[in-house]
Amino acid sequence: MLREGRPTTPEAIANDAGGIETFSGNRGLRIHEPLIFENGSYNRTGVDMEDAGAFETSLGGMDREESDINLPGYSEPETMRHFTRLSRKNYAIDMGFYPLGSCTMKHNPRLNEKMARVPGLSDVHPLQPLSTVQGSLKVMDELSHWLKTLTGMPAVALSPKAGAHGELCGVMAIRAAHEAKGDPRKYILVPESAHGTNPATAALCGYKVKAIPANDEGRVDLEALKAELDETVAGIMLTNPNTCGLFERDIIEIAEAVHAIGAYFYCDGANFNAIVGRVRPGDLGIDCMHINLHKTFSTPHGGGGPGSGPVVFSDRLADYVPVPDLVMLDDNSLSLKEHVEDGDANFGRMTAFHGQMGMYLRALSYMMSHGSDGLRQVAEDAVLSANYLQASLEDVMTRAFDGPCMHECLFSDKFLKDTGVETLDFAKAMIDEGYHPMTMYFPLVVHGAMLIEPTETESKHELDNFINSMRGLASAAKAGELDRFKGAPYYAPLRRLDETAAARNPVLKWQAAEAAE
Amino acid sequence: MRFLPLSENNRRDMLEKIGVSSIDDLYVDVPKAARRDGLVDLPTHASEMQVERHFNKLASQNTQAGSVPFFVGGGAYRHHVPALVDHLIQRGEFLTSYTPYQPEITQGTLQYLYEFQTQVANITGMDVANASLYDGSTGCGEAVLMARRVTRRKKAILSGNLHGQYQDTVKTLTRFTEDEIQILPANPAKPEADIEALKAAIDDQTSCVVVQNPNFFGHLVDLTDLAEVCHAKKALLVVVVTEVMSLGAVKSPGAMGADIVVGEGQSIGNGLNFGGPYLGLFATNQKYVRQMPGRLCGETVDANGERGYVLTLSTREQHIRREKATSNICTNSGLCSLAFTIHMSLLGQVGLKKLAMLNHKKTVQLKSALEAAGLKVLNTAFFNEITVDLGKSAADVVDRLAAKDILAGVPASRLNPKDSTLKNLLVMAATECASDEDIEAVVSALKGEV
Repeated sequence: MLREGRPTTPEAIANDAGGIETFSGNRGLRIHEPLIFENGSYNRTGVDMEDAGAFETSLGGMDREESDINLPGYSEPETMRHFTRLSRKNYAIDMGFYPLGSCTMKHNPRLNEKMARVPGLSDVHPLQPLSTVQGSLKVMDELSHWLKTLTGMPAVALSPKAGAHGELCGVMAIRAAHEAKGDPRKYILVPESAHGTNPATAALCGYKVKAIPANDEGRVDLEALKAELDETVAGIMLTNPNTCGLFERDIIEIAEAVHAIGAYFYCDGANFNAIVGRVRPGDLGIDCMHINLHKTFSTPHGGGGPGSGPVVFSDRLADYVPVPDLVMLDDNSLSLKEHVEDGDANFGRMTAFHGQMGMYLRALSYMMSHGSDGLRQVAEDAVLSANYLQASLEDVMTRAFDGPCMHECLFSDKFLKDTGVETLDFAKAMIDEGYHPMTMYFPLVVHGAMLIEPTETESKHELDNFINSMRGLASAAKAGELDRFKGAPYYAPLRRLDETAAARNPVLKWQAAEAAE
Repeated sequence: MRFLPLSENNRRDMLEKIGVSSIDDLYVDVPKAARRDGLVDLPTHASEMQVERHFNKLASQNTQAGSVPFFVGGGAYRHHVPALVDHLIQRGEFLTSYTPYQPEITQGTLQYLYEFQTQVANITGMDVANASLYDGSTGCGEAVLMARRVTRRKKAILSGNLHGQYQDTVKTLTRFTEDEIQILPANPAKPEADIEALKAAIDDQTSCVVVQNPNFFGHLVDLTDLAEVCHAKKALLVVVVTEVMSLGAVKSPGAMGADIVVGEGQSIGNGLNFGGPYLGLFATNQKYVRQMPGRLCGETVDANGERGYVLTLSTREQHIRREKATSNICTNSGLCSLAFTIHMSLLGQVGLKKLAMLNHKKTVQLKSALEAAGLKVLNTAFFNEITVDLGKSAADVVDRLAAKDILAGVPASRLNPKDSTLKNLLVMAATECASDEDIEAVVSALKGEV
């Protein structure tokens, strides 16, 4: 329990030590850490610097009192310990298996971190004269070349900041292309199994969403799709491999049908890891696709970001690529087109500056390290590992669909029927087994969905341990060991958290007790 | 291949368990026409040493900011980041964790996000802040969309003294929505006139007024009056802060009456990185919290009654609300917000104020030196950035100085080439990193040019 800072009043905690409570409230390596606002000092700074001293200021009478800033500080050792202790309450891919479906939690090579910190590449300002940043522009050019070659697409916009931002970029290009022909059209078709960002993006582009049902094989229902296709449809947003972990077999036929009515085909590239080096989206009839550099190309997820979501475009949309756009000059130097000129087809600018350069560096380092041979092996090992898990669990869990999967395998909660255990409980019990749970309750088309993505960077030994744990949990659920699931997790830094209370009465920042009341 | 643990024997055993004879059998759903047998036309794998050599070669073709007299700002600032920051953000538990969807095993991320939200709310003088957006420019667009949701009005008025690329980003983000964006002309010499023009433009259709402080040209303006006019007409005041360091020295936007504050947080804890990844700060008042974009972290308790943190109010977000979400954003700037939180924890209010005043002092010193050299500076109230009228093309001067290894600043025309009145203006930022020698070098080089 927390004994420092704002007190809490926990009930007695069951533990393995026969009920022994420590005097500190800590339990060995599990050390509680108050907020900086509770044990920091309002008179301290952990940074030594030159003192400005007295001088005539020019702040226009808008000076701010120090106390108005209202921030405590730590010395350097306190800062080190505070954040180190916090870090130890996190699960991470560096610590163990993280089979979070659709998120591609693969190993993050540290060479990439080192390359992103080369001073000549990191200590560079986005508005320096272009003659002084030729190295950075070459990084962008090389990354573009890799992405275009791997996808078989002729154009790329690097600047989108993440997957959802890339989606926005792609659908904006689609809308701009339709507007150039005089009619923006009304609808974007989105399969029911899509990521939530897809319909949210379509709405931001002024489109209405029509949901396309899945067939009983977990794929887009081609007939239902064709029935919706007419000249009010601007395009389709399809994830491939899809969110059920399956390759859309009819994808070429879908593309042809979409093109036949003058619409465009957006592909959500979140699952590119399954096919990189083996299948080029350009060969499937796709018009634009974002690539999550933080998934397939291993830039670290960082607890929720930053990401990077470059978008590749077909010839049909290449004119609409937003600024900034790389330009090769006659003398072989590189330049950036930073503004939309009169008469340009492109639809504008997604963000200030040039996008996530730090992520470009990491992704390029990853691509060069793997090469064309390594990337193909990445896809194959990712698909092999997912199929191995599927084959090793299908007799005790319920597979959602038949046939080989791609880089992730999907189970429904049918095997938990009548056990009293739900997908959420099963996931929390996995925490006690030492794993990060799989993605749960997504995609929506499968009841109680459990989406498991192992990636290519797990050893067979790790996969086998995971299989044993999952088989054990499935047996325990069927054997009626409800406590194991309903109370889980028991061994995490905290027990199950009350998310309902958090939403009912949102407390979103720390305030001194008297101010909070 | 150093990253792939599976051996050929493993692969064979796994294929056998699956019941297929080769990996190709797992790709049977791919249409035949799209299956590629050979390797794509790219180099094969490379050793660490080979990759490092390549990157070092690319780096040598850049001018590193820290190696020359450097006065470039315009929305990204070079500050000294303590060594501890980069060490801590590289801890694998932070670096290689996902979005904290399983709060029992991500309290580390969630607690620092809660600390981050508190720090951002306090420095901006607002009630609440979210767990970060991509950057300041996209946050600015989100603020305009949010103002429409709150006011149910469609017209946003942007100050002409707002960063040009922020203007472009807002225009693009709202290009296909119902919003109407009115952008006033830039007014680099008379910041008060910009505020008066904004006041005059507000009508009963105005959702919000977006104003940057300090503005793109470096001017500080008290926005209290503008806030009052906005509120009298039931419009929101959105204040954009591209240099968050300024909040250590300058009255907060909240204290001036802002309804939404958008910030670029790069200056605290994050390097230049040629423009990204950066850190979008987004703060507002309690009554608008359910209209905010992005993730929010909130306090709660676990099953034993112990305090903990979770992502909350997610019914605003795309993974629940889909096409009715407040934003399509999913990924944020997690690790950049950690860098911010660590740096801010080291600074505290004492350090932030001291560092901000040091920035201001360097800029006061730069301004005096420029004026002593006969150059015309447009600013009277400013923080760490000022605008110089060179009387000739600033872009040309900047290029000539770059050839002499001096990075003098941002030509205003770089962001707004269509406005010919900006052609001769050079925007210069002086942070704590500017030495006396640097100031002397840039001033004497500029003097030689004009």
